[in-house]
Amino acid sequence: MNFTMPELTPALPEIFLLAALSVILIVDLFVADPKRFATFLLTQASLLVCAIITIMNASGKVVHTFDNMYVSDMMTAVLKVGVYVCVFMLLIYSRRYIESRELCKGEFYTLSLFATLGMMVMISANSFLTLYLGLELMSLSLYAMVALQRDSHVATEAAMKYFVLGALASGLLLYGMSMLYGATGSLDINRVLEAIKSGQANPDVLVFGIVFVVAGLGFKLGAVPFHMWVPDVYHGAPTAVTLFIGSAPKLAAFAFVLRILSGGLQPLVHDWSQMLEILAVLSMAIGNITAIAQANIKRMLAYSTISHMGFLLLGILSGNVNGYSSAMFYVLIYALMTLGGFGMVMLMSREGFEADKIDDFKGLNARSPWNAFVMLLLMFSMAGIPPTVGFYAKFSVLQAALNSGHVWLVVAAVLFSLIGSFYYLRIVKLMYFDAPIIDAPIIANQDARILLGINGIAMLLLGILPQSLMALCAQSIQSSFSGF
Amino acid sequence: MIETLVFYFFSAILVASSLAVITVRNPVHAALFLVLAFFTAAGLWLLLEAEFLAIVLVLVYVGAVMVLFLFVVMMLDINIARLREGIWAWLPFGALLAVVMVLEMWIVLGSERFGLVGTIAPEGHPAGYSNTKELGRLIYTHYVYAFEIAAVILLVAIVSAIALTLRRRKDTKSQVASEQLAARREERVRLVSMPSGKK
Repeated sequence: MNFTMPELTPALPEIFLLAALSVILIVDLFVADPKRFATFLLTQASLLVCAIITIMNASGKVVHTFDNMYVSDMMTAVLKVGVYVCVFMLLIYSRRYIESRELCKGEFYTLSLFATLGMMVMISANSFLTLYLGLELMSLSLYAMVALQRDSHVATEAAMKYFVLGALASGLLLYGMSMLYGATGSLDINRVLEAIKSGQANPDVLVFGIVFVVAGLGFKLGAVPFHMWVPDVYHGAPTAVTLFIGSAPKLAAFAFVLRILSGGLQPLVHDWSQMLEILAVLSMAIGNITAIAQANIKRMLAYSTISHMGFLLLGILSGNVNGYSSAMFYVLIYALMTLGGFGMVMLMSREGFEADKIDDFKGLNARSPWNAFVMLLLMFSMAGIPPTVGFYAKFSVLQAALNSGHVWLVVAAVLFSLIGSFYYLRIVKLMYFDAPIIDAPIIANQDARILLGINGIAMLLLGILPQSLMALCAQSIQSSFSGF
Repeated sequence: MIETLVFYFFSAILVASSLAVITVRNPVHAALFLVLAFFTAAGLWLLLEAEFLAIVLVLVYVGAVMVLFLFVVMMLDINIARLREGIWAWLPFGALLAVVMVLEMWIVLGSERFGLVGTIAPEGHPAGYSNTKELGRLIYTHYVYAFEIAAVILLVAIVSAIALTLRRRKDTKSQVASEQLAARREERVRLVSMPSGKK
């Protein structure tokens, strides 16, 4: 058997992050500072270096290595940089929060980096095996992070639910993958595609496998009817971890869905897009309608996530390059909006107090006009009101779905997002037209405050000038999926 | 012929013991049935000429994981009656779903699609073929990337297990040997000069 040394340069970001992680793990043992500032700085620095390596490495060409298990192309580069930015921002947002809640252990930072590594593996995976391993690496780190606040009963319960349902989802996914392997005889996504195209694979077995794969992916994305865990976990986990679960992993999950369905199973687009249609409509319906009844903002944002996942699926089920690129734009914008939303919840919280009730936002304008304005921009963007970028993201997804002929889906999506705008606008109403019930000053780190401001303004700026990001998404999808 | 007989023998025991795992009332018995299931699965793998995997299954799962599991089950006082509360209310619905699922799977995966018709049986390996050697070769070459990620997953497991269970309590009475050894006479013994009493 011949063995040639695999090309290592495409995987340089992963290799660097793993090395940096090992160093941070050891350095953290010697950090005496209870605030773990050194660990924080090292974590952020390694994310920055990863971003630089990824950008330098990006050549616009599709490069495979490790016997086709690893792929590096423009889509992976854009999504990976998105993940770094998300993790970088959320660590800044959550620093003060974790300091005041006995969460500030070195493990919070190292597990965040482990989860980041898992996401990178998922984004760059080109084989069922590496897709699954990346997913497990990410999920295991997240389960542990949810449970990190050990004395909190709710957090432990949330971790338990997350773990059990996550394991169930992994089981479904693996069963589906084993069926696909049985039908095509390969784990390599390119070879799976070839086998399906050549007609060797039995279509019944393939569709059977797809059912399980889609169910597993639905669990991971939190799409209805596999959404039961989302509100409980979002609510129970410490807000810093909720922010983590809600933002960066969705980028990785998007890459995962795209690689399996649009990469390997593209010839069966008719079958899986029907399944996604059901998931999308149900997610938008249940997510938007149930969110209205929530009094807890973390739960409300959880249901809003479910409805956003419906929109994301709407882009993917179009089954063409146009739809994928608008879905990619959507997921990037979604991650930014979620960062801002939960970042604001953490900004308003302080030691011994969680600002997780919707009523805690009452009269925010009187207490802090700037923060109220930032929150207003975020809520407008989530609701999809122009000129914020949320409108453009929804619009491009709807356009892609319309172009591929899903008229009734688009009508339903517009109706449900109309219903959904009620609960976003209710927050705005509470902030501007109600009297505050608490008048404690908002204490926050300066860096978090400034970054949150930038986050909010970005919603507006990207909304006015979405072309460059949209073009980047279109170009990267084009270069990654033009071969299919 | 004899191989087919052995296969059906092992398969029958495997299915029966797996069923027993989820139906018996006593959790210790369930764990023991799981051990039996692992043994028979290892037997099936031996039939497939995957000797290394079969032995690892017995060594790791039966020898280590299940023994640990038995310990846990015995340590925890699990209240079976409470776990089974409400099972009868859901059983008809669950059973209906299960039957529908099994029927669907039967239709799709029936023997004309997944039997020897659909896939060609692999040829037997020549004498002297080493399954272990082949596995080792593949793991460190073709699957090296996946192998490394699996190692990282184990590292995460270690880190999070320690983070979730290590708690430095201030009120424990544990001994610190280094401090005990470093103690000097001056710290422990105080000479007090007492005037001797008059008699």
